[in-house]
Amino acid sequence: MVRSAKRARGIAACFGVVVFLASASASLAQTSTGLPRIASGKPNLNGIWQVANAANWDLQTHGPSQGPAAFGALLSVPPGIGVVEGGEIPYLPKALEQRNKNRAARWTDDPEIKCYMPGVPRATYLPHPFQIVQSPTAILISYQFGDAARPINMGKPSEAPVDSWMGWSNGRWEGDTLVIDVKGFNDQTWLDRSGNYHSDALHVVERYTLANANQINYEATLEDTNVFSRPWKIAMPVYKHVEKNARLMEFKCAEFTEEMLYGHLRRVPSAKPISK
Amino acid sequence: MRSLRFLMSLAVLLALAVPMVAQSGAVAAKPATAPAAKTTTAKGYVAPRTPDGQPDLQGIWDTASITPLERPKELGTKAFYTDEEIKQYEKRRMNDLDRDRRDGGATQDLARAYNDGWFDRGTHLARNKRTSRVIDPADGRFPPFTPEAQKKYDEFHKWFAANPGNSAEDRELFDRCLFFSQSGPPLVPGNYNNLYQIIQTPGYVTIYSEMAHQTRTVPITRREKLPKDVAQWMGESVGHWEGETLIIESSNIRFNDHSHFGTQYDGMTDENLRVTERFTRTAADMITYQATVTDPTVYTKPWTIELPMEKAVGPIFEYACHEGNYGLSGILSGERVKEKEAAMKAK
Repeated sequence: MVRSAKRARGIAACFGVVVFLASASASLAQTSTGLPRIASGKPNLNGIWQVANAANWDLQTHGPSQGPAAFGALLSVPPGIGVVEGGEIPYLPKALEQRNKNRAARWTDDPEIKCYMPGVPRATYLPHPFQIVQSPTAILISYQFGDAARPINMGKPSEAPVDSWMGWSNGRWEGDTLVIDVKGFNDQTWLDRSGNYHSDALHVVERYTLANANQINYEATLEDTNVFSRPWKIAMPVYKHVEKNARLMEFKCAEFTEEMLYGHLRRVPSAKPISK
Repeated sequence: MRSLRFLMSLAVLLALAVPMVAQSGAVAAKPATAPAAKTTTAKGYVAPRTPDGQPDLQGIWDTASITPLERPKELGTKAFYTDEEIKQYEKRRMNDLDRDRRDGGATQDLARAYNDGWFDRGTHLARNKRTSRVIDPADGRFPPFTPEAQKKYDEFHKWFAANPGNSAEDRELFDRCLFFSQSGPPLVPGNYNNLYQIIQTPGYVTIYSEMAHQTRTVPITRREKLPKDVAQWMGESVGHWEGETLIIESSNIRFNDHSHFGTQYDGMTDENLRVTERFTRTAADMITYQATVTDPTVYTKPWTIELPMEKAVGPIFEYACHEGNYGLSGILSGERVKEKEAAMKAK
């Protein structure tokens, strides 16, 4: 896999693929005035962003529920208004059974527990900030959770060379909206802590529309014929961190999963602890 | 797969195809008349500018090469190879590094089981023609440890050799997917995933490392620093421009006994580590990267590495480390089995 990936890179080199500048003049009719913009004329999405909702607990409207008893209120499930257009995720019958199984095992099977990269769109509505880095030629989205990141290909759309956790992102501008088409996912991530899930056939189309300097209206359409009966959509505002000194901090959560994942392989009794 | 790129670009060159394609061939496309000896930069090159007037460092860059971190002792203060020496060196070094060889007997075969299929460090000496990545001190080697640091290093490594897998937190940071030399600071190339993407936005420079998807977004203005007890593995970085050069200074770098530079046990760090990095676009297809490491309680004097970062096309891939970390459980399981076997034997 490593070799073929590098080969793809080499071949790409020989065809001289270059990043091209998305035309700033595209469909001026759809652009709105008064938004902060970068030098290319596109809305300025640079900054540190985070949602303020309970979507990561459950994409659908849900009441409060009991978490692990030892943690009382701390890890009980807070209620939340859903973000799914039409209210319900349109599962195929068999897939709904799987979702319910997942939900019953939510406190052990959710990949977030293991600090696995969260996938898309879940990375957006995790309860952690993320940073959009946008120049006229390039866009990168960097997430605080587990240092996950996605370079967005703003050039000629390309096929995913291999399945991955964060998918393969091809971006383009539709007027003032950044549209990112994401494919090439593996089937290892969930969509929330309630067992909502997808297969490796997932195709996500995200839309980032700057509403004002400090708010992005975020939408994602999810299509997966193995799991859902039709494409469906989520929508939510994402807010900018405006506080002084806002920054992503290092949250290499892998470290905090080691006892859970490898504790049974620990030497007993243990020897010298590390100094720091 | 540099070799493939090399061959393909060579073929393109021979066919007198588009110059832009040749340029992307990096090493291969380099004219034979490149300046030798002291200067490693095309003098007088001025980088294009970003919309806000910074020298433009943006793009995807590759630091893979077979240049060693420290200079072989027998070379003394010889800092550069001649073109003829480069050919011989590359041949010899590629043979030394070859992990698909079967000429070493069973023990060597086992040691080489992590074979060449996994490696992507290039097949060529770095374009600066240097005999080592360390360029200062003059012998191309790390300066000596302080006596206290030497003692600490020796004691720890003696202990680690006797206790190679007590628990996850006793393993190397890269085994735990927590830190890789590639992402730095300083950026030290490793055996694979030596690609970077640099993006500049007003007030920030972002350095994205393919290795374990590490993003470092560096402010170009001073800002309030994190408290000392909130150290991060990648430290806290602040940048500024001096003419054509981006200078990034990093401190408050988290460490443990396993912290070091590079892919072997190259050195050691502690809480006094400071790294000063310099990024200078010295050609359309190259950034010259230098990093000076200062740590007065570990090293008796500062030391500096230099890397040419060569323009690459990419794309950058997802290196999911923790998600597929079978190595760590394999290492620990192996150690537990060895203990059981030893206990059985003792009975």
